[in-house]
Amino acid sequence: MQLARVLGEVVSTVKDANLTGLKMLVLQPLSPSGEAVGRSLVALDSVGAGVGENVFFVRGREAAFPFYPAEPPADAAVIGIVDRCDTE
Amino acid sequence: MLLAKVVGTVVATRKDERLVANKLLVARPVDPTGKADGNYLVAVDTVDAGFGETVLIVSGSSARMASGLKDCPVDAAIVGIVDTVQVND
Repeated sequence: MQLARVLGEVVSTVKDANLTGLKMLVLQPLSPSGEAVGRSLVALDSVGAGVGENVFFVRGREAAFPFYPAEPPADAAVIGIVDRCDTE
Repeated sequence: MLLAKVVGTVVATRKDERLVANKLLVARPVDPTGKADGNYLVAVDTVDAGFGETVLIVSGSSARMASGLKDCPVDAAIVGIVDTVQVND
């Protein structure tokens, strides 16, 4: 899993049928100190996250698991909203 | 998933038989503002996307979960045509 900030939302009308009704967010991966690291990406939202929130997300095949038994074609999904992140 | 712009098509006569009748497109990843970012890739089109459109690409083993691609030798699939990207910076 990785930390990220929600930058925005993606709107798509023509899409895979299994993506219908799911929210797609633009994420910018972050370091624990809050700096942007790496490229932005689009992820499905399973927790109701909104723009500007810090979240954590999962990559790969597992990104579809929060939506079980549906199997949306997704390789990234937001699975938690970060309240606080403490590092030494 | 990646945002990408469709920049071309691929035509292949000899290919894995599970790819027969699938449309292959060349896409270039873009950032949320639409600026090109990263290397070109070939993706199977499952939503009838066209040249110049911004699309959503799912990559890795998840690409096989796109409609009609079960058990296909595919690691990138176009699963949506993007209408808008709203970014608040």
